[in-house]
Amino acid sequence: MITFEDVVKIYPGGSTAVDHLSMELPTGKMTVLVGPSGCGKTTSLRMINRMVEPTSGRILIDGRDVAGQDEALLRRGIGYVIQHAGLFPHKTVLDNVATVPLLLGKTRREARAAALELLERVGLAAEFAGRYPAQLSGGQQQRVGVARALAADPPVMLMDEPFSAVDPVVREGLHREFLRLQQDLGKTIAMVTHDIDEAIKLGDRVAVFRQGGHLAQFGTPQELLEQPVDDFVAEFVGRDRGLRSLSFDTAADLPVSPLTDGGAELVLDEAGRPVGWRLGGVVQPTAGVFTKADSLRMVTDLAIMSPVGVAVRVGADGTADGLVRHHDLVDFLATRRDRRAAEQEA
Amino acid sequence: MNLSYLFDAAHWDLSAPGGFPQLILAHLGYVALALLIGTVIALPVGLWIGHTGRGSFIAINSGNAGRSLPTLGLLMLMVTLLGLGLTPVLIALTVLVIPPILTSAYAGMRSLDHRVVDAAKGMGMRPWQVLFKVEVPMALPVLMSGFRSAALQVVATATVAAAVGLSGLGRLLIDGLAVNDYSRVLAGAIVVAVLAVLLDLLLALVQRWIVSPGLSGRAQPRSRRATT
Repeated sequence: MITFEDVVKIYPGGSTAVDHLSMELPTGKMTVLVGPSGCGKTTSLRMINRMVEPTSGRILIDGRDVAGQDEALLRRGIGYVIQHAGLFPHKTVLDNVATVPLLLGKTRREARAAALELLERVGLAAEFAGRYPAQLSGGQQQRVGVARALAADPPVMLMDEPFSAVDPVVREGLHREFLRLQQDLGKTIAMVTHDIDEAIKLGDRVAVFRQGGHLAQFGTPQELLEQPVDDFVAEFVGRDRGLRSLSFDTAADLPVSPLTDGGAELVLDEAGRPVGWRLGGVVQPTAGVFTKADSLRMVTDLAIMSPVGVAVRVGADGTADGLVRHHDLVDFLATRRDRRAAEQEA
Repeated sequence: MNLSYLFDAAHWDLSAPGGFPQLILAHLGYVALALLIGTVIALPVGLWIGHTGRGSFIAINSGNAGRSLPTLGLLMLMVTLLGLGLTPVLIALTVLVIPPILTSAYAGMRSLDHRVVDAAKGMGMRPWQVLFKVEVPMALPVLMSGFRSAALQVVATATVAAAVGLSGLGRLLIDGLAVNDYSRVLAGAIVVAVLAVLLDLLLALVQRWIVSPGLSGRAQPRSRRATT
C-alpha cells in the first residue's frame, strides 16, 4: 500500500504543485492519477520514488517512510515506466531489460535470463533481444519499457503516461496486454495519465486531480461515473458517463421476456441459435447476441442496433433464451438508478 | 614539383637521425602528449559543465577564445617565460586541444535525451552510474568528433615544435626553408598531411569500435512491417 499523508509540494518560485494530498493506493491494485495538465499528478507520482522531494508531509510504502531510505536502493525496488519508454539507445533490448537486476548485483547471465523471460511475457519474441531501441516501433519500445520495469519483480510500479506516445490502435493492444499481465502479477501500481477513458478502463481506483494540486475525487471508476462529487469531476469524466457506467454492470440481473414477445418473429436455426428477425418476408440478421456475463452497455448497444429494437440473450450453448426490449431496458435502468440513490441515502 | 627528398630511401632508414621514422615518432609523441593532457583537463570540465549546466559560458567562450589564439605566438611567449624545452611546446599545443574537447563534451552532454537520463535515475542508478553507464556512452559520438578535430589540428600544428629547436616533422619545414631545399619542405608537408589522414582514419575505427551500434545508426533500421 502506498500512503500519502498530507503531502505538499511547493516548487522554488512559489507555485504549489501538490496541495495537502492524502490518499491510499491499495496493495495489488492499479490506481490511476488523472487530471488536466499542471494538476500535480506527475509530481505526486515522482514523489513516491523520490525523484521529487515533498515540501512537507510523508509518503509511505507498506508503512515505511520513503524519505528515510537510500534513494538508489528505494528506486531499484520500484518499477519505473515513463512516456516514450526512455530506453537506453546504446544498449540492446536485452541489456535494457537486464538493467535493474544487474544493479541489484545479479550476474550478467542471471540478469539476461530474467530479461529474456520478461521480454516473452510482454509479447516480444527472443529475436528482439539483440536489437537496439532505434530498431523498434513505439509500441515495441513501450513494451520493452514495461519489461524493464518488471525485470527485478518489484512489488510496486510507477508509470508516467506509459501509453500516451503510441497511436490509438497500438494503445488498445497494449492496454489489453497490460491488464492481462497485471491480472497475473498483481502489482501495486500508480499510473499517471491525462486520458480519463484510459483511467476508467485500466484503474481499479482513480484519483482525479484538479488544477493547483488538489485531489478532487478518489474512488472506483464506477463511483466516478455515477457519483461525481462536483461539477469539475462530472465535466472531466465526460458527458456520456451515464452510458459508460453501464460497462461496469453485467446483464445477470436483467429480466428477459419470452422469445415470442419481440414484435416480430425471431428465426432460429435447427439448434435453436438465433439467425435473424423476419420482417415483411425478409430475414434481417440480429445485431448480435449477449450472455448474462456481458455488460449492460453491450445490451443497450444491441437493443439500439437491432432492426426491431430488441436484444437477444443466449445461453452458454448459444441457443436463444430471452429478449430484452427497449422499454424493458429503460425500466430496468430507472429502477437501478433509484436503488442506487436509495443506497446513497442510507 | 620535386619529390626526390620524400622518395630517398636513406631518409626512411629507421636509425637515421633526422630521417622520417624518427621525425614521425617525435611528432606523434608531441601529438599524443598534448591530446592526453588536453583531454585530462578538458573532458572532466566539459562533462561537469554539461551535466550540471553550470558555467556553460566557459564552455562556449573557451572554444572561441582558444581558436583565436595563434599557436606560434603563444609558443614564443611561453619560451620567453619558461625558456626552451618541451614544456612550452606542450602548453601551446594543449591550449589548442582543449577548446574542441571541452566544447564537444559540453555539447554532447547537453544534447542527451533527458527522458533517458530520468529513466536511469528512476531505476536506481547512482549519480556516477548515470554518468558512466548512460550519459557518457550516449554522448560518445559528439565527444569523439571533438577529439578527432582536436587530433587533426594538433597533428598539423605540432610542426611548431621545430621552431624552438625540438624535433618532429616541423624540422623538415624549418630546415628545408633555411637551406632553400624545397623538396624537403614539400616532403614534410606531405608526410604531415598523410599522417593527419591516417590518424583520423584510426580514430574513426576507434569510434566505430567504442560507440554503440544503437547510436551510430549502424544497426539496421526497424522493419516497417511490425508496428506493434
